[in-house]
Amino acid sequence: MEARPRTSVAGPAPAAGRKRSPYPSWFYLPAAIVYAVLFLVPTVTSFYFSLTRWSIFDSQFIGFDNYVTFFREPALVSGLWHTVVYAVITSGLKVVLGLGLAVLLTSQIIGRGYLRSVVFFPVLVSTIGVGLTFTILLDPEEGLVNESLALIGIQGPGWLTDPSFALVSVALVDVWKGVGLATLIYIAGIVSIPQEYFEAARVDGATAWQNFRKIVLPLARPATFTVILLSLIGGLRSFDLIWAMTRGGPGFTSDVIASVIYKQYQAGFYGLSTAGNVVLFLLVTAIIFPLSRYLNSKEVDL
Amino acid sequence: MTAAVEVRRKPRKNLVLSVVAILLSVVVFLVPFAFIVLTAVKSRQEASRLDFSWPSQFHLVQNFVDVVQARDYMLIIAFINSTILTVASVAILVVLSAMVAFVLQRRRTRWTGLVNFLVLSGLIIPPAVVPTIWVLQKLGLFRTMPGLILIEVAFGLSFCILLFRAFIATIPRELDEAAIIDGAGPMRLFFRVILPLLRSVIITVVVVQSVTVFNDFVNPLYFLPGDQNATVQLTLYNFSSAYSTQYNLLFMDILLITIPPLIMFLFFNKRIVAGMTAGAVKG
Repeated sequence: MEARPRTSVAGPAPAAGRKRSPYPSWFYLPAAIVYAVLFLVPTVTSFYFSLTRWSIFDSQFIGFDNYVTFFREPALVSGLWHTVVYAVITSGLKVVLGLGLAVLLTSQIIGRGYLRSVVFFPVLVSTIGVGLTFTILLDPEEGLVNESLALIGIQGPGWLTDPSFALVSVALVDVWKGVGLATLIYIAGIVSIPQEYFEAARVDGATAWQNFRKIVLPLARPATFTVILLSLIGGLRSFDLIWAMTRGGPGFTSDVIASVIYKQYQAGFYGLSTAGNVVLFLLVTAIIFPLSRYLNSKEVDL
Repeated sequence: MTAAVEVRRKPRKNLVLSVVAILLSVVVFLVPFAFIVLTAVKSRQEASRLDFSWPSQFHLVQNFVDVVQARDYMLIIAFINSTILTVASVAILVVLSAMVAFVLQRRRTRWTGLVNFLVLSGLIIPPAVVPTIWVLQKLGLFRTMPGLILIEVAFGLSFCILLFRAFIATIPRELDEAAIIDGAGPMRLFFRVILPLLRSVIITVVVVQSVTVFNDFVNPLYFLPGDQNATVQLTLYNFSSAYSTQYNLLFMDILLITIPPLIMFLFFNKRIVAGMTAGAVKG
């Protein structure tokens, strides 16, 4: 014990620590430099630049004008709303479908390995590739989806061309691509539930539904929290799928904050674009930090 | 009695369920991939009909050559760029994040709290785009491959540190102590003793990050615009507007870009699963 006071105890560290710890703090340094320069500095300065009229080379302080513009422009405000809708739809569906699939894929079922692989593989595929493929599949006239629906007498909507469907359609494709990860997390959660619970339930004559309701659902809660947090974080900043499928259209009906940021950047409104970034930052932190604190406080012990 | 009934009923119910599940999985997950493959080997006219049908003639080689030759071998250049980007950024990521995770896990100092906070922030906070371009420009790294590599490193650090830290916690400290008693300094301890023990988690990090960086579209779009150093995801995106009438070539491109992740998946399925679910179960 006395042989290694400085490795484990924080108290007497200052004097001994200076002597040369085997775990030197300068190991942080290379990563810290990259992270600070390319992530922290931009994040912090974004608050200032969002208050300027900015052309990369020089910036002129204009107070809250960019935010006023942002919140006066209906197209931009609707982007804020769409972001929340998109994140809630995708993360809600990933929780429900992911849990359902995980229960299915941990049960006694033929072709379990195949099913797990096939559900998970889209997670690894290029988002742009998935987006372009589904844009074709969802084509209102010739797309495979609507042609198949026509066979059974349903006239499919213009998934990506109808303003009231576009955002939801993209969100559904996002779920198609991402549900495999949610399923995987749930499977890991379900597998870690001790078998004794199920044995006890069997002795008590519990039905499958009771098993699910009273054992799986509460004990897979950490997995649920992970899925909710991960998919909300991903959903709120989601850009590439939307950009590949609709570019925010038709009109601005599937624009989200991330696509607004890109459009304003392309148009040369750097200050406004950065204001969009700050809005996204605030939205994400306002949702994720309290939520993760709340969820963590409700953790259960297995 | 009830138990016996259950046991007898179980297999039959699962057979029906299995068939339904497999059929659904084919329709929902396999058909889109089959559509990609089929369209990629069709002739231009057949592909333009966008239907899910068997090609009357296979144009696999022809389409492959066409898509590779398009725009002065753009796709080859893009594959080279993407490979450089992926290999370099993942290599740097592994070393830097393993170093951080090692000290973070082993030693408690006044930095520990701050570092943990920054790691979590890196996972949650969306990067500020234009200010990042501004910083890159100041450093002369905007529109350069080294700039993009460092960007991928900066944005990937958090995830990798968490994976490494969890794994390092399972390596007994006694090992460190033995090495220290043998006179190893921090560098030797880390690079000669610890790093080799991290093999399995390194594989996980490499595989998961490679797929992530290879598939990344947003960062190259912002930080490495321009045709000469386009990555595969950017060329795919550009193809989609340039080749809107040649769906066979577009889908051949999608097919080619799907192959690297597919290979990773076939060889490292278990590692990927391990990496992606890490931390999901713990309290």
